[in-house]
Amino acid sequence: MKNSGTLKVITPSDREVAMIRVFDAPRHLVFEAWTKPELVKRWLYGPDDWRLAVCKMNLKPGGGLRFVWRHDDGQDMGMSGVFREVAPPERLVFTEIWDEDWTDGETLVTIVCSEHAGKTTLTQTVLYSSREARDAALKTGMEHGAAVSYDRLAELLKS
Amino acid sequence: MIETLQALAEPNRFQIVELLRDGPRAVGDIVDHLALRQPQVSKHLRLLSDAGLVDVRVDAQRRIYALRAAPLKELEVWIERYRRIWEGNFQRLDGVLQELKAKEKKRGRTRR
Repeated sequence: MKNSGTLKVITPSDREVAMIRVFDAPRHLVFEAWTKPELVKRWLYGPDDWRLAVCKMNLKPGGGLRFVWRHDDGQDMGMSGVFREVAPPERLVFTEIWDEDWTDGETLVTIVCSEHAGKTTLTQTVLYSSREARDAALKTGMEHGAAVSYDRLAELLKS
Repeated sequence: MIETLQALAEPNRFQIVELLRDGPRAVGDIVDHLALRQPQVSKHLRLLSDAGLVDVRVDAQRRIYALRAAPLKELEVWIERYRRIWEGNFQRLDGVLQELKAKEKKRGRTRR
């Protein structure tokens, strides 16, 4: 019932993947939920057997960021980056590179929040170093995504 | 999968696939719709065929190309799974946002 919009995944160019989603909240709150570590940890962890164990953000241009996801079995998946643009409540741009570099180099993430009538459209675009890098990343996403069962999703919808 | 994406990544081949979505076409017909000569079109068609994206049958003197649904379906499933992992994230974000909204409302009321 809290699900205010369906997620659209598009490939705007051969090096990008973009996700577009509408949220039933003003954009300063969406921006806050994306930039306050204690809030980010509550939602940005992918399948249920993962959690965002480390979330550090030095929220200013040139500031660093560090995310580490940890699986129930102890496996870690870390990512570091640098903020390029920090313009609340509208725009956030940062680079990211995974510890195990399965995206073939740095990617650039652009987050744009636009607000209309109290609702926010979030557009999250990832620019990869090459088409091959993007495709490999999509493939990894698929393998992890497959771990999320529909039962769990239904549970989330109920909460 | 990578093969499908590579085959589709070339703009002319992508256009051929788009063209074939309306139904099977003869090579000459495809040439008429593209700004390419027949040998180039044939080369692209051969690549699409190697990637399993199109089937060819010979009808009298003409080679008729048709789209094969399976690789495109596979691609869709692939993107769908990527979408699902983020849908999970964003559904949780919905919950966080509802909470922030409620808190803000409360703060607003106490201030007044």
